[in-house]
Amino acid sequence: MVRAALAGLGVSIAAAPLGCFVVWRRMAYLGEATAHAAVLGVALALSFSLPLLPAIISAALAMGLSVSLLRGRGYAMDTLLGVIAHTALAAGLVTVALLSDVRLDLNAFLFGDILAVTKSDLATIWIGGATILALMVWRWSALLVSTLNPDLAQASGIDPKREELWLTLAMALAVAVAIKVVGILLIAALLVIPAAGARPLARTPESMAFTAAIIGSTAALGGLGGAYWADTPAGPSIVCAAALIFVATAILGPIFRKG
Amino acid sequence: MTTPLISLNNLSVRLDGRLILDNVSAQIAAGEIVTIVGPNGSGKSTLLRAMIGAVPAAQGTVRRAPGLRIGYVPQKLALDAALPMTVQRFLGLPKRVSASKAKTALELAGVPDLRDRQMTRLSGGQFQRVLLARALLEEPQVLLLDEATQGLDQPGAAAFYERIEQVRTDLGCAIVMVSHDLHVVMAASDRVLCLNGHVCCEGAPQMVADAPEYRALFGSGTRGTMALYQHKHSHTHDHNHAQDTSH
Repeated sequence: MVRAALAGLGVSIAAAPLGCFVVWRRMAYLGEATAHAAVLGVALALSFSLPLLPAIISAALAMGLSVSLLRGRGYAMDTLLGVIAHTALAAGLVTVALLSDVRLDLNAFLFGDILAVTKSDLATIWIGGATILALMVWRWSALLVSTLNPDLAQASGIDPKREELWLTLAMALAVAVAIKVVGILLIAALLVIPAAGARPLARTPESMAFTAAIIGSTAALGGLGGAYWADTPAGPSIVCAAALIFVATAILGPIFRKG
Repeated sequence: MTTPLISLNNLSVRLDGRLILDNVSAQIAAGEIVTIVGPNGSGKSTLLRAMIGAVPAAQGTVRRAPGLRIGYVPQKLALDAALPMTVQRFLGLPKRVSASKAKTALELAGVPDLRDRQMTRLSGGQFQRVLLARALLEEPQVLLLDEATQGLDQPGAAAFYERIEQVRTDLGCAIVMVSHDLHVVMAASDRVLCLNGHVCCEGAPQMVADAPEYRALFGSGTRGTMALYQHKHSHTHDHNHAQDTSH
C-alpha cells in the first residue's frame, strides 16, 4: 500500500507540468494516441521477447513523432489522431490475441495495477518521473513561448519544432511511467484532469503546474484510499477522485476569485 | 554604408506549393523605418516571417547580422484561455524580467498600469501594446510589426504609430512594419516597399505613392479599407491618387 501511494505520487507530480502543456496546446487526444500506441509496444515486446519498458517508450515515441510529421497534411488533427490512435490500440490487441503461447494479463495494462507495484517498478516510476520533470524545467520557457506563438519563439531564436520534439519525448516517457498506475486507457485523464482542475485557481503558468501537481497527488492518495475502503479498482478510483476535484474547482474557482 | 541588419537576396518562398514570395530582394539598415504595403495575400506577413526565419526559403537567401536581436509583434496572437498569464509573466518570456524593467517597457509602449492584469482580459489595443512592450524588452536592433494596428480604431492606430516613432527615437532601432493604414504609415516611413508577391516598387513614401505600379494596385478602382481610408484624408493632398469610384 505504501508502494502504491509512492507510485501514485511520483506519477502525479511528473504528469502535472506535462499535463498543463497538453491542456494549453490542445493535445489531449495526442496523449491518448501516445498511450494507445503503448499496447502495440507491449504486443511487439512479447512477440519478439524484447524488454517491455524500452518497447513501450519506443512505440509511444514513434506514435508521437508520426503524428507530428503527419500534421498539416490535409487532415484535421482530431481526425488523424482518431485514426491512428485507435488503430494502434486495435492492432495491439489483435497482436496480443495472436500470441497464443503467451498468457498476458491485458487488464493490468489497460487499467493499471497499482497495488501490484514492485520495488523495481517504483524505481522506474521515480526515475522516469524525475527525468520528465527535469526535461520540463529545462525547456520550460522555450516551450511556453513556442506554445504561445511559434513565430514569437522563432524571433527569439527558439526553434518551436525542436521544442515540440522534447514534449513528444516527455509524453512517451510519461506513458511508460504511468501504465502501471492507471493503465493505458486512463493515462490521458491523469494528464488532463489535474491541469484542467488547476486552471481556475492559477494566475500564471507556473502556479497552474504547481497546483496541478497538488491536485494530482491529492487525487492519487484519495483515490487509493477510496479504492481500499470501497474495494473498487485503484486506477479508475484515482481518476474519479481527480474528476471530483475538477468539478469542485470549476464551481468554486470563480467564487474564490471574486472574493 | 554599414552592413544591413537583415538582407533578403532573390528570396522565393513557397507555402503549400503556392509561390508566395517571388524573387524578393530587400535590405533593412540600422535605424530606418520601412513600411511594407500590398494587397491581401501579397506575401507581406510571409516576408516578415521569412526575416525571422520562420519560413524556409525555396530559393535565395535571408541573411541576418550575427547575433541580431529581433523584436517581433505578430499580426494576431490567439491566447488560449486555458493558459493563465499575467502581463508581467508574458513580458518575461522567454527570459524573465524584473518588475521595474517590465514597468519601463510598458511605459514606453504607453500602457503603464497593466502589469498585474491577465492577458486574456486586455482590450485589443492594450494587447497590441503589451506585445510591443515585450518586443522592446528584447532590446531589439530591429522591430518587426505585422499589422500591429489591426483591431484599433483610427485614433488608436494614429497613437500607436506615434508611439512607434517615439520608440525609434528612444531606442534607435530599425522598424519594419506591415500595414494597411497607408496614409498614417507613409508619413512616418523612411522607405516604403510595395509588395505583390514580388517587389512592385520601392522608395521614399511620396515616390511610391506616385508610382504607376502602386497606383495599379491601390489606385482607382480599389475597393475596401484602403481606398476608404485614403478618401478620408484626401483633403491634405493636391494630387489625387486613389480616386475611388466604387461608391
